[in-house]
Amino acid sequence: MFLYFVFSFAVPPGVVAADSQQVKKNQVQKKPSSTNIESVASSPETYQPPALTYQPEEMSNILSSSNSFNRLLKISRRHQPPTEDGIHDPDNDGTKILQAPLEAFANLPKTPSDLGNGIDWVRAVDERFISPRWDIDDPTEQPLVMDMNIIRVPKGSIPNELFPHRQHTMWLDCSNCHPAIFIPKKGANQISMAANLLGQKCGVCHGKVSFPFSECKRCHSQPKKELVQKGARQ
Amino acid sequence: MRLSLSIHNKLNLIRKIKYAYVLALAFTYIIATPAVAEYGDVVINNYAEKQGMRPVIFSHWFHRIRYACKVCHADLGFKFKAGGNDITMFKIIDGQYCGACHNGRIAWSVKNCNLCHSAKPGTPTQVHESTAQELAIPFSKGAK
Repeated sequence: MFLYFVFSFAVPPGVVAADSQQVKKNQVQKKPSSTNIESVASSPETYQPPALTYQPEEMSNILSSSNSFNRLLKISRRHQPPTEDGIHDPDNDGTKILQAPLEAFANLPKTPSDLGNGIDWVRAVDERFISPRWDIDDPTEQPLVMDMNIIRVPKGSIPNELFPHRQHTMWLDCSNCHPAIFIPKKGANQISMAANLLGQKCGVCHGKVSFPFSECKRCHSQPKKELVQKGARQ
Repeated sequence: MRLSLSIHNKLNLIRKIKYAYVLALAFTYIIATPAVAEYGDVVINNYAEKQGMRPVIFSHWFHRIRYACKVCHADLGFKFKAGGNDITMFKIIDGQYCGACHNGRIAWSVKNCNLCHSAKPGTPTQVHESTAQELAIPFSKGAK
């Protein structure tokens, strides 16, 4: 409190305001000339924005590159062909025959987050971009899809979690998860994010092959009703 | 006039050095970045390198386009664990594990050794780019 008084006397607010007004005036005076130069230099027809690989979408309209820091620390080189991906041996003859990921991913639907493979595998099946076989030999056999949603209420303020059986049974058999990973009984499974991140429970697939845990809202998708009601009362 | 030119040259030199420095940094970054293989690629090195072959790479993305998870993980008995399946070439030739498809009838046969045994020598068993690999266990300690 004392410090506040000292500062308020040391720098009278009127001076600061006057200074900022002056600065604003100067900027206003300078502006017309600079806009003229810009409009000549970058007319919409001639200007082509630089091809930056991981520029976020909302940044694409901004011409300067002063804020192009890789905020999410994403690896800019993804979906490399097997010869350049770092784990395949480029000196191996077979490596050159293998299909490149981008060749397969070109027509598949993408997720907005671009995490994991960046492919929306469920939509790919739903919209018939791919039709993975359900049987090793018989291409006509169809999966036994069970449409049942389970809502779990986690601790804290994180939104409730919706587990859709449909999206899982179109890829997997019941025996893949029940009863070894999840006991098929309400309230019988203790699931924590710590276990998930270490590769147990949901982490048996998610974070390895299915979409990773950084896509929080794809599971935690349901609003917490209690919190909403409390907020309305207050 | 001469003086100004020399200053200009010096500036140019400094600029060139800066440019080279930035380029060098970029190159070291590219070289230093870890493997950028596809999410879910599994490296299996249970027996391969001990037997003088390159480790095996199984690409999930390639197989899931063609087959549902259930076919391998329920019908063929693959466990959900990298290196957790005791796969040998004898079993594959016998029609178990990979050999259920890689028999020359559904997919190319075991004669094409180098298509599977294609990892860089010394690559440990792992699920590439998995959360557990990135968070919990350092890559050098054989993250699976």
